[in-house]
Amino acid sequence: MERREELFGHKAFDLDKKEKREYYGDILQQLCVRHYEGCAEYKNLMDFMSFDISKKHEIEDYPFIPVRMFKEMELCSVPRNQVVKTMTSSGTTGQQVSKIFLDKTTSVNQSKVLMKITTDMLGGQRFPMLVIDSKNVIKDRKMFSARGAGILGFSMLGRDTTYALDENMRLDVEGVKAFLQRHKDETILLFGFTFIIWEHFYKVLKASEEKLDMSNGILLHGGGFKKLIEEAVDNDTYKERLNQVCGINRVCNYYGMVEQTGSIYMECECGRLHTSNYSDIIIRDPKDFSVCPIGRQGLIQLISVLPDSYPGYSILSEDIGELIGEDDCPCGRYGKTFKIIGRIKKAEVRGCSDTYEKR
Amino acid sequence: MKNVSIQWLLGDENVSVCPMMPYSQLVIDFLDQLSTVLRKSVNPGEYPDIISIAFWCRKGNILKLKEQAQDIESSLGKGLVFHITPSNVPVNFAFSFFFGLLSGNSNIVRVPSKDYPQTDIICSAIKQVLCDKKYDSIKRGNAFVKYGHEEEITDEFSSMADARIIWGGDESIKSIRKSPLKPKATEIVFADRYSFGVISLAAVKNASDSELKALAHSFYNDTYLMDQNACSTPHLIVWKKDVMGEDELMIKKTFWDAVAKEAKNYDLEPIKAIDKYTNLCAVGMEGELEVTTVNRWENLLYVVNLNKLPQDICTLRGRFGMFFDVTIDDVNALAPYIDEKVQSLLYYGIDRDELKRFVISNGLLGVDRIVPFGKALDIGVFWDGYDIIGQLSRRISF
Repeated sequence: MERREELFGHKAFDLDKKEKREYYGDILQQLCVRHYEGCAEYKNLMDFMSFDISKKHEIEDYPFIPVRMFKEMELCSVPRNQVVKTMTSSGTTGQQVSKIFLDKTTSVNQSKVLMKITTDMLGGQRFPMLVIDSKNVIKDRKMFSARGAGILGFSMLGRDTTYALDENMRLDVEGVKAFLQRHKDETILLFGFTFIIWEHFYKVLKASEEKLDMSNGILLHGGGFKKLIEEAVDNDTYKERLNQVCGINRVCNYYGMVEQTGSIYMECECGRLHTSNYSDIIIRDPKDFSVCPIGRQGLIQLISVLPDSYPGYSILSEDIGELIGEDDCPCGRYGKTFKIIGRIKKAEVRGCSDTYEKR
Repeated sequence: MKNVSIQWLLGDENVSVCPMMPYSQLVIDFLDQLSTVLRKSVNPGEYPDIISIAFWCRKGNILKLKEQAQDIESSLGKGLVFHITPSNVPVNFAFSFFFGLLSGNSNIVRVPSKDYPQTDIICSAIKQVLCDKKYDSIKRGNAFVKYGHEEEITDEFSSMADARIIWGGDESIKSIRKSPLKPKATEIVFADRYSFGVISLAAVKNASDSELKALAHSFYNDTYLMDQNACSTPHLIVWKKDVMGEDELMIKKTFWDAVAKEAKNYDLEPIKAIDKYTNLCAVGMEGELEVTTVNRWENLLYVVNLNKLPQDICTLRGRFGMFFDVTIDDVNALAPYIDEKVQSLLYYGIDRDELKRFVISNGLLGVDRIVPFGKALDIGVFWDGYDIIGQLSRRISF
C-alpha cells in the first residue's frame, strides 16, 4: 500500500484527474487483490463475474457492491481477531443494519483522512465543539452506531466538546449559553445530524424567545435530507432558516455513509460536495449501470481507498445524484463536485403470496 | 358484528347463506353482465388486469368451464366461503369471488387492505349489476370487507365459514390458521410455490423469427408482468438437449436476446435494478452454485448459466428479470429435483403428454400444472392441484 501512503502525504484536494487516475490505477488493484485474498465472499463474487484481478483496470471498471449486501451478509477481509471495531448503520427499528468490520489500520486511516478533509474545508482544526446531540448516543462503545461513530469520529476535530442536548434530547439552553460565553471570541464548530439539528435545535430555538449568537460558528452536518423533504426543506432553506435562529453563517453539509467512514464528501464554500484525493464518485444510469456524464442524474457509486478490513472500497448506494464538474470548482479545490438529488423510491412489487402484509 | 375497523365495501354483516347449484344460470348471467360493465368502465391500456378478469367472466368462457364440470346437477355449494386474498395482486380477490359464486356459495371476501383503484372499479361494477332485482339473492349473500391485522375479525369470519380460501404465502397461512374453522369446514390454501420452464433447443433452433418473437413475448408476459414474483412465474429454464453439435450456446443466446428485446417494455425502476443486482451479487457471494457464466443484457435481463442443478432448485429465484438456466439430456433427469413446492411447469417445443407422463410415472410430489409459455399467469378453476369448484361444493349421492 505504498501508493496509498504517498497519497496520505498529499493535501486532501490537490490531485487533478490525471494524477488521481494514476494513483487509483495502482491502489484499486491492490485493494481488489487484498479483498479477493482476504474475503471468501468477495472472491466468489469476482469469480462469478469473471473479473480478472491480475490486471490493472480503469476506475470505472471495478465491480461495485450494492450497499445492501453489508446488511445481508457479514463481509470481512481480515481474521476476526484483528477486528477492533464493528460499526453498524442507523437503520430504523426492525430493519437490518449494516455491519462494518474495522481493523486497526482502516480505523486509523479513517481518522487521518477525516482530519485532512475537514481541516482543509473548515480552514483549521481543534475548534471548540458543540455537538447537537445527546451524550447518550455514544455510551455503548462496543457497538458503534453510525450516529455514535460519527460523533466520536468528528469530536476529535474539536476541543471542549460539549453536548447541546440532554439525555431526553431536550436542548440544554444554559449549557449552550455557557459554552458560547467560554468561546465568545473564537470560531466554534457545531456538529450534528441534519434531521436531529432540525428537530431538536432549529425548531426549539424558533419556538422560543431565546436569541443565541452563533455568528462565529461553523455548522457541520450530515445524514441526509430524507426526513426533511416532507417539510420541503432543502439545503438552501436549511442554511437560511438556521441563520435566522442563531445567526450562523457557514453551514456545511457532508455526504458519507458508514460503509465508507472517513473519506466523506464535504460541501465547500461554493455549496458543492467534493470528492477528495481519497475518494471518488461515479454516477451510473440505473438502466444499465453505464457511466453518466456531468449533469445527468443517476445512482451514486462511491469509491474509497480506505477499506482494508472489509470489501467496501467500491459500493453502489441507493442515492440519486448528479455531477456538477471536475477540477473546476470556483473554490479552487480539485476533484469531482456533485449534488445529491435524493433517495430512490421504494418499490411496489407485484406478485402473490402476501395476503397478510407485514405491519 | 360490530367492529369499527371493518370497512364493508359490499353488503353488510347480515350475509344470508343460501347454497345454489354450481354454475347456476343466475350466476352465469350475473358474471356476463359484470363482464360487460367492467369492459366499459376502463380504458384497456390502463388496466389490462381488469380487462383480463372481464374476459374471464364472460358467458362464453364460463360455459366452457361448465361443460368440463361433472355432476353439477347433484351438487350444491357448501354454504359460506371466507376468502383471504393477496394484498399485492389488485384483481385476485375478484377471481376468488368468482370461484366462490360459481361453486354455488355465499361469500365474504377480504380484499387487499392496500388502496388499489382496481378494488373500487370492480366493487362499483358489481354494485351496478346488483341493482337489477333479478340478482337480489346474490346481493344478500355476498360481502366484501377490508380490514387490517385484527385477529378477532379473522376469528369471527372463520367461525362462520363452511370453507376458507387463503391465498398464501406460508407465513400468512400459518398465522391465519390460528383462527379455527367449524369442524366440518374445509380449507383451500395456496402456499408458496415454485415454477420453472422446459424448452427444447431444437424447437428454438427451428423456430422462425416470428415464432421466436411470439415465444419471447409469452415469456415476458409470464415473468416481467408480475415482476417475476408470482408463484406460477418461472425462475429456472431447463434446456432439453435435443440437438447435435456445438450450437447449444448460440441457440440459447437467440432466445435470451429475443427476451431482452421484449424486456425493453419493462419499467425497471431504479430500486428494482438495485434489488436485482443485489440478488445477483448475493448469489455470486454465496458461491454455492456451479456457475459457468453470467450473462447480462443491460440491467433488464440477467441469466446465470449453471453447470448442474443444486439439490433444492426452489432456491434458484430471481426477481424483476433474473433467471437461471441449465441443460439436460432427458426430462426424466429432473425427477429427483421436484418436490411438493413445485407448481407450474411451462414448456416450449416439448410434447405435453411426455411431460404428463414424466410427472405421473415418476410419482412426483410436485407439478400441478403443465402449460405452454404465455399461460403461466392464467388462473383457472383448477389451481395448485385443487379442483376448486369441487372442493367448495358438496356432492349428493344417490
